[in-house]
Amino acid sequence: MTAVIETNGLGKRYGRKWALHDCTLTIPEGKVVGLVGPNGAGKTTLLHLAVGLLAPTSGSITVLGGRPDDSSAQLARVGFVAQDTPTYAGLSVAKHLRMGAYLNASWDSELANSRIDQLSLDPRQKAGSLSGGQRAQLALTLAIAKRPEILLLDEPVAGLDPLARREFLQNLMEDVAVHGVSVVLSSHLIVDLERVCDHLVVLFGSQVQLSGEVSALLSSHYRLSGPRREPSTMPSNQEIIEESHTDRQSTFLVRTDDAILDPAWTVKPVTLDDLVLAYMSQARGPGHLQRPALGVVS
Amino acid sequence: MIRFAWLQFRTQAALAAGVLAIVAVVLAATGPNLVHIYDTTVASCAAQHDCSTAATAFTDTDGPLQVFLGALVLLVPLLIGMFWGAPLVSREFETGTFRLSWTQGITRARWLAVKFGLGALVSMAAVGLLSLMVTWWSSQLDKVSADQFNPLGFGVRDIVPIGYAAFALVLGVTAGLVLRRMLPAMLTALAGFIAVREIVTLWVRPYLFAPMHKSLPIIAASPLSFDQTPTGITVSESARGVGLPNAWVYSVKIVDNGGHPPTTTFLNRACPQGNYGPLNSRDCTARLAARFHQLVTYQPSSRYWPMQWYELAVFLGAAVLLVAFSFWRIRRPLS
Repeated sequence: MTAVIETNGLGKRYGRKWALHDCTLTIPEGKVVGLVGPNGAGKTTLLHLAVGLLAPTSGSITVLGGRPDDSSAQLARVGFVAQDTPTYAGLSVAKHLRMGAYLNASWDSELANSRIDQLSLDPRQKAGSLSGGQRAQLALTLAIAKRPEILLLDEPVAGLDPLARREFLQNLMEDVAVHGVSVVLSSHLIVDLERVCDHLVVLFGSQVQLSGEVSALLSSHYRLSGPRREPSTMPSNQEIIEESHTDRQSTFLVRTDDAILDPAWTVKPVTLDDLVLAYMSQARGPGHLQRPALGVVS
Repeated sequence: MIRFAWLQFRTQAALAAGVLAIVAVVLAATGPNLVHIYDTTVASCAAQHDCSTAATAFTDTDGPLQVFLGALVLLVPLLIGMFWGAPLVSREFETGTFRLSWTQGITRARWLAVKFGLGALVSMAAVGLLSLMVTWWSSQLDKVSADQFNPLGFGVRDIVPIGYAAFALVLGVTAGLVLRRMLPAMLTALAGFIAVREIVTLWVRPYLFAPMHKSLPIIAASPLSFDQTPTGITVSESARGVGLPNAWVYSVKIVDNGGHPPTTTFLNRACPQGNYGPLNSRDCTARLAARFHQLVTYQPSSRYWPMQWYELAVFLGAAVLLVAFSFWRIRRPLS
């Protein structure tokens, strides 16, 4: 499996604050990767580093085997939709497409035009008067029609209403299916990503907390509930991600590659939402220093 | 990238072309009249033995339009820097579109090169054309005024405005790139341009060429003026009346062959003063002329074009330095 994005100890510091710290990550090819984390977790920083808008303070990053620097060859391979989907308010939709054609050697104008048709956008309309959803679609069209090998989208649906969100993501998935492009999609809401992602990266507090295949993550985490039990008595092959106790009962969210054999437990599968929240609160909680901060499942 | 930059810039270009066209029409409508007045009054004034009245009347023709055109050529480079150069890059930062344009298939350096290149070329062409038209329109007026080095006139004629335009645009773009905010960039372009223009006018232009010196006899027409100072009476002469048309006179000194100015004792004797200057002006001038002469420090009129070229080069050079700085800056990682 080749990696589309590989980072090693990657960090970006603003003044004395690390926006992204010691990030080591491998994102495999041909996946739709969800990058989840609360606002300020470092999602935008990571994506900007990947597209070359930022340069790392420490560590290294390679995208499609190349260093994201200011070279047109590298830029051509990466499609990027920035946060808030910026467009030129004074330019019409048609002029945005002409911009794409002028600035990208690999521009697929047939694809661009047919997408605009499909979305029933008026080519003469100024981008400034488009709705948030339409603007996002225009930005996505620009990024897709340059025929990149990887598509990076920074909170593309954050400003959209639920219907527009669904349409946007559906559209994106169709494009992914047709063009086989790898996608990294960030959001602070897991519900946005649940349906479309097959790989998940959780960022919290400037660090990667969890990274892995969605199916593998779901099948290796369990929620156990049963009579009260001290965490120290848990088997060593079960890593406790989250725990809560009442006087008589204990609930654990554990990760294990083995089956849960103890008949005392009621075993339930976890949802992606549970999982993300558990890793985030683990990162925030006092106990997280004893365990490895990074969970990798492949 | 050039085609895209053009796409973004068409409206402004159309506006600039419109302004130039209007100015051209106004100048074409009023220019021939100026030539006509010149031909009928100044050109034939020798026959009527009254050239100074004719000259004064002529230089007052279309006074408001003269002032307006001077102000236009003076201000257009500044406006270009503020309203075109400064927003050119800073607006991309403010609206976030730099994240769009910098992630297309061209490098940032190329993007910036086109912004600079197209911007500088169009501003230089527009201001050059404007200056050319105004210079043409004013040619007879300038000939009669014979004051080509006048600080107000030198900077709004011929080729120096082209340098101002290039510099103003580049300064605006650079300020936008560094400050990333439109308003501060505009204010920087405003203050920076005025400051550099003033510095060059006051402290660079006079020193581009070493001035020449010339000794002229004191004659009756020499506009001498006498001052009572605490240490006694002194004599001086205003730079304007020295009789070197189109020259830039730095100073006129009244000195003897040893280079010394007349002493108070000498002046009291040679030019006894009444309430309104010397009691006997003719005697005074004759006595002064017998021992003293005028020492003029000046730039001859033939240095007008070398100075225009030098000052153009100074501003283009400054623009090149700013461009080099901007390329260095844009290659540095963003923070």
